Amino acid sequence: MIEVRLQAEMFEGGVELARLQALGGGALASFTGVVRGDGDLRELFLEHHAVMTLAMMRGLADEAAARWKLIGVTLIHRYGALSPGDPIVFVATAAKHRAAALEACASLIDRLKTEAPFWKRETFHDGHVQWVEPRSGDDAAAARWLRDES
Amino acid sequence: MDVDILYFAWVRERIGLDREQVDPPIEVKDIAGLITWLATRSSGHAAALAEPARLRAAIDQRFATFDASITGAHEVALFPPVTGG
Repeated sequence: MIEVRLQAEMFEGGVELARLQALGGGALASFTGVVRGDGDLRELFLEHHAVMTLAMMRGLADEAAARWKLIGVTLIHRYGALSPGDPIVFVATAAKHRAAALEACASLIDRLKTEAPFWKRETFHDGHVQWVEPRSGDDAAAARWLRDES
Repeated sequence: MDVDILYFAWVRERIGLDREQVDPPIEVKDIAGLITWLATRSSGHAAALAEPARLRAAIDQRFATFDASITGAHEVALFPPVTGG
């Protein structure tokens, strides 16, 4: 089962995990990204390219499913205006054994962070607005998984 | 031939459009040439596209380098480096 969704609405991690659990594997792993509440952030706005972003997420999910022989994978990403404390991204994997589930989950979130076409705009309480710049640490985390492939 | 141009993030904000359809002249062959040509369309375009090094592109929903040919392209997207999921 491969489930990939881009949505403005909230997601329910528990519901998504239950669907993966029903597939009958021995291992489930998940990651939930939450909008950080530190600083003076009032709103995080996510822009995306509807067709391209969904296709890239689908490609990452397919690739991970094949590489780690997953039984199921769920990728959900939200867009639009979010507030600190809001869940923003959900990655979950189901496999026969834990190593595959954990590694696939970590790889998926690292690559999503760097490769998926999202742009983030921060609005602070003082009215200041800025577009987030890419972080080199994210690139290094994603590159680790590409290196492991060889 | 008409091409849909899509703009994202601060490129979209500076230009004031999220998309437009254009018909570039025949001598515009690649992304680099397209950016140079688009920059002449308005002061907003000029401001958004002034520093090509700060831009990235996709042709028909695939990331593309600036020397990539736009011949036959249906859609070209111009945007800042992605900041990920």
